[in-house]
Amino acid sequence: MTLWIVLVATAAGCYLLKFAGLAAPRRLLDNVWLRRFATAVPLALLAALIAVEALRGEGQALAWDTARMGGVAAAVAALVLRAPFLVVVVAAAAVTAGLRALGL
Amino acid sequence: MRDSLGIGVAVGAAGLAFGTAAVAAGLSPAQAVFTSAFMFTGASQFALIGVVAGGGSLVAGALGALLLGARNTLYGLRLADVLGWRGGLRRAVAAHGVIDETTAVALAQPDRPSARLAFTTTYAVLGSSWVLTTLVGALATERVSDIGALGLDSVGPAIFLALLWPRLREGGARTWLIAGLGAGLALAATPLLPPGVPVLLAASAALIALVGPEMPVRGPARDASGDGASAEADGEGVRS
Repeated sequence: MTLWIVLVATAAGCYLLKFAGLAAPRRLLDNVWLRRFATAVPLALLAALIAVEALRGEGQALAWDTARMGGVAAAVAALVLRAPFLVVVVAAAAVTAGLRALGL
Repeated sequence: MRDSLGIGVAVGAAGLAFGTAAVAAGLSPAQAVFTSAFMFTGASQFALIGVVAGGGSLVAGALGALLLGARNTLYGLRLADVLGWRGGLRRAVAAHGVIDETTAVALAQPDRPSARLAFTTTYAVLGSSWVLTTLVGALATERVSDIGALGLDSVGPAIFLALLWPRLREGGARTWLIAGLGAGLALAATPLLPPGVPVLLAASAALIALVGPEMPVRGPARDASGDGASAEADGEGVRS
């Protein structure tokens, strides 16, 4: 139930953020500081998410999981080779599953 | 039109991944589909379920999702002029569709009628594809007993990498610095703070963007010919 409430609230918040852009006075777009910060935030957040999810352990601990890191490395390789999105994701899962099947 | 269909296919792949990851994180298929239909902004959705999967603070997860979703506000500011829908139901519905892809495609059009058509088509194709594939991914994963054996725990990082990659490839030293500092801050804070909070803290790395000359940032927020439009061609940059 709590999860439903959070999902509904976050969905509403995300909608309002989109709507605010369409409805706001466009002067805001000319504010260079706001724009610089807002374009950089996804960079920091995405990098943080990659690091935290790749090294997630039990509870709050960080842990090295060779199979999972192998999957992440496969994703990097696929991106370097300019593979499409689907290939990147499947390569990561397949390499992780394969390494795990090998007992790593 | 062909662009819209191409985007639909690429986003379908992301939808499958989201449905999979959401159920693996503990959402029900109904919750996964609700999220795709109503939150409808991919990076935020993945960020939120990442926190759910880690058993983290739901409030921190929601805040992280909203921070990531705030870039849609910038897209909306750009689109308001281009689409010219002032007030009323049409603007209220259109707001739901303001994401990376629709913005990139609409801003690449030469005039208002084609921008409106491009926005509406992309929104419709992408939206239905996103929701439908989320459902398929969610139902398929529900039948899988051992998530780890399928390697699904590396799907999350792989998706975020695919979202970040175009920015890193185009960005300069400061782009890498912001990303590196964000990752470092989050890792350092993980043992100390509840799950979800370290990622929020990492957003402060973006303050570096305020120092020195303005960064040449690509993407629909600043440039009509930005990553959405060009990245779709090679199937990357799926950042709904």
